[in-house]
Amino acid sequence: MSSVPRFWRNLASRYNLEGTHCKECGNYFYPPRNFCVNCRRSGQIEHYKFKGTGEIVTYTIIRTAAEGFERQAPYTLAIIKLDEGSIMTAQIVGDPEKMYIGMRVRSVFRKLGEGGERGMIYYGTKFVPAET
Amino acid sequence: MKRLGTDALKQSKTGENMTIGIVSYGAYIPRYRIKLEEIARLWGDDAEALKNGLMVDEKSVPDIDEDTATIAVEAARSAMARSEINPHRIGAVYTGSESHPYAVKPTSTIVAQAIGATPEMTAADFEFACKAGTAAVQACMGLVGSQMIDLGMAIGADVSQGAPSDALEYTAAAGGVACIIGRKEDELAAIIEATYSYTTDTPDFWRREGMPYPEHGGRFTGEPGYFKHVINGAKGLLKKLGTKPEDYDYAVFHQPNGKFPSKVAKMLGFTTPQIAPGLVVPKIGNTYSGSCLMGIAATLDEANPGDRIFATAFGSGAGADAFSITVTDKIKEIRNRAPKVSELIKNPIYIDYARYAKHKGKIRLG
Amino acid sequence: MRDVAIIGVKNTNFGELWDQSLRDIVVEAGIGAIEDAGASGKEIDALYVGNMSGGRFVDQEHIGALIADYSGLSKNLHIPATRVEAACASGGLALRQAIMSVASGYSDIVVAAGAEKMTDVGSEEASSALASAADREWECMAGATFPGLYAMIAKLHMHRYGTTSEQLAEVAVKNHKNGHFNPIAQYKNIITVDDVLNSIMVADPLHIFDCSPITDGASALVLAPAELALKYTDTPIYIRATAQASDTIALHDRIDITTLDSTVIAAKRAYSMAKLRPEDIDLVEVHDCFTIAEICAIEDLGFAEKGKGGIVTANEETVIGGRIPVNTSGGLKACGHPVGATGVKQAVEVVTQLRGEAGKRQVEGAEYGMTHNVGGSGATAVVHIFSRER
Repeated sequence: MSSVPRFWRNLASRYNLEGTHCKECGNYFYPPRNFCVNCRRSGQIEHYKFKGTGEIVTYTIIRTAAEGFERQAPYTLAIIKLDEGSIMTAQIVGDPEKMYIGMRVRSVFRKLGEGGERGMIYYGTKFVPAET
Repeated sequence: MKRLGTDALKQSKTGENMTIGIVSYGAYIPRYRIKLEEIARLWGDDAEALKNGLMVDEKSVPDIDEDTATIAVEAARSAMARSEINPHRIGAVYTGSESHPYAVKPTSTIVAQAIGATPEMTAADFEFACKAGTAAVQACMGLVGSQMIDLGMAIGADVSQGAPSDALEYTAAAGGVACIIGRKEDELAAIIEATYSYTTDTPDFWRREGMPYPEHGGRFTGEPGYFKHVINGAKGLLKKLGTKPEDYDYAVFHQPNGKFPSKVAKMLGFTTPQIAPGLVVPKIGNTYSGSCLMGIAATLDEANPGDRIFATAFGSGAGADAFSITVTDKIKEIRNRAPKVSELIKNPIYIDYARYAKHKGKIRLG
Repeated sequence: MRDVAIIGVKNTNFGELWDQSLRDIVVEAGIGAIEDAGASGKEIDALYVGNMSGGRFVDQEHIGALIADYSGLSKNLHIPATRVEAACASGGLALRQAIMSVASGYSDIVVAAGAEKMTDVGSEEASSALASAADREWECMAGATFPGLYAMIAKLHMHRYGTTSEQLAEVAVKNHKNGHFNPIAQYKNIITVDDVLNSIMVADPLHIFDCSPITDGASALVLAPAELALKYTDTPIYIRATAQASDTIALHDRIDITTLDSTVIAAKRAYSMAKLRPEDIDLVEVHDCFTIAEICAIEDLGFAEKGKGGIVTANEETVIGGRIPVNTSGGLKACGHPVGATGVKQAVEVVTQLRGEAGKRQVEGAEYGMTHNVGGSGATAVVHIFSRER
């Protein structure tokens, strides 16, 4: 699924929704960006930890799973707008038939996948319907 | 009933002029449940007889993407949410479990990173069958009491294993509890007056390295295992403190099923009302390293300031850790900031055995 | 800048070509295009080849050199060969590089090829290689698949504009009908809306028949400066515009999930360069990697109002003989989608149409044709406009 150093490098972001914020334009970035796409070189990037609440912009129920995700199928993949305005892709845990566009969600700590039986276990952030 | 004022507590404190206790706590139970009838249906067992014998109706099942680490993190984050302390004050994270996701590589570093406590701290994993969580509590008490650290986080969490058709399969459940241990009196939601352990080498239950399911000694786990150690552990603490069962408002005993804690409570002289709030096993099963701590968490969810809780954890192999706890005024301030155990038990999603087998990884993918 | 013409074209068969390797198919296409142009290898100044993932699909990088070698352009001629990669837009981009090479005057006769050999690996490995066109770190680690990303576009398009699964299915039905008349197409079978709706769900709301297949295939074009074109052919087809635009690698970072801004901008640049409007275009090959992609493409290219792509398709405005025939080749859906070849194959189809050689799928009196090639979920878009008259 991933290389160990590549995953490890973003571990804090994956575990704790740690992203960035540009003090110049006020935009929030998750996934984190260390170079503001709006202000470019005049941007002032600082660390920011997202609250972990947001809503579903769009979603799908993946039935033919990506490699390494077979055990989880069917699973809900969604684009989520965090309350700070940043937009990300993540899984929504729960009954796929009960998802809807605009649903409020909150973050949880889950296993994203693993490198087979012998490999590293990849932990990170997924979301659940906020009312649960 | 003997109630202790602050002065009396100072007499019984663990160290010289030092009060140690629980700053915060958090619990997590996965939402999925399987009813005993469903497991019995598969193996042709008598469900009613099993339910009556074990005093367990259903057990919690982890989601496909949940394991001891994710459960420990959710419990730890709940504890953090209740206390609102700076995570960098936590000097140690110890996670007790018999189902750590890695044989080598700590669960506790995952938890520490996920609550933002790294890097100036220590972490390690504990294993002592079902009492690894309380062993972690004692280790934190030692480090906090000796002022080696400011705060310590002790966790008991498991996604326990029961081999298909084995008796354990009816109760082996998933859940976890995290406790933040500290010494600043105004921060304590509950004071731990004393702890006492009783340990022998008793092979009543084990899992060899690399084996997927534990082995157990059947009825040998009862008398020479659970009862001997819980009774000696509990009596030892009562003797150490000079207290009696009636001095406590609540009692919690390791709950591998409903029958054992009920029986041991009666043998020690505790009453059914004393153990009722903490007896959560009928609806969630045995959460192993989370079991006794889950009972303590459920009791803290309900207890009033000044109430006293007597708790004894048991771990196969074998040993018991007993605790005498007094709830402070702080409890009312913190306990509504995170889900209570009763709330985590509510809204279960019932699954059949096939889904259970998928969630537990009992189905091997090609 | 010099005007550029296409003087030779060739597609291999598209499909599961078990007997042929990557080098086999690319040589077949390249030699075929040079023959079609009536040129010789000695005249070629440069070769550009679009290939998305030789490394993953056939365990081979250095594709430009490999292809030059096996086309007989290396050992004695030492012709410069460059591999161009922009995921599924690699082919379109190889054509663009070739055009710029000729237009600038650096080269005269240039081959633009595209090739992908996808069936040497299993479908899981192939899907994983394709998924690397998305954001591996922040989409794929969440379990995203390519059908999944386009399914999320479809879900929102349906939610916002009332597009239906039936309308999506109409795209597949039409493209299979066109593929039926294309001798190289992977799928020549006629299908119905029910066939699509009853096929396996891959990622709601996309069924397997909403998805383009895994395909082996190669295509090649020979380019020449317009002033030299008539020396080689009576029917040169002229490049009127080449345009390219980029957008965010991840779908979630787009300004609007249902609009491919890269397509909108590339199209705008192309129309401006060609001094044409959408209504001037007689046929278009769009990047229908999924049925929803064709709906979005015809909207973003200006052939349908935003949100009306499904209705326009259901109204048969995009069939051959309709207002704007879309994907006369069968598109990626029916003709097949050998990713690196697709952008070149689209140009081969438009040239064939503008030459009037498309047989039963011929768009009568076609003067202007367009190709639209997309990389990933829209991070790269390449748009070309071609004309029969200079």
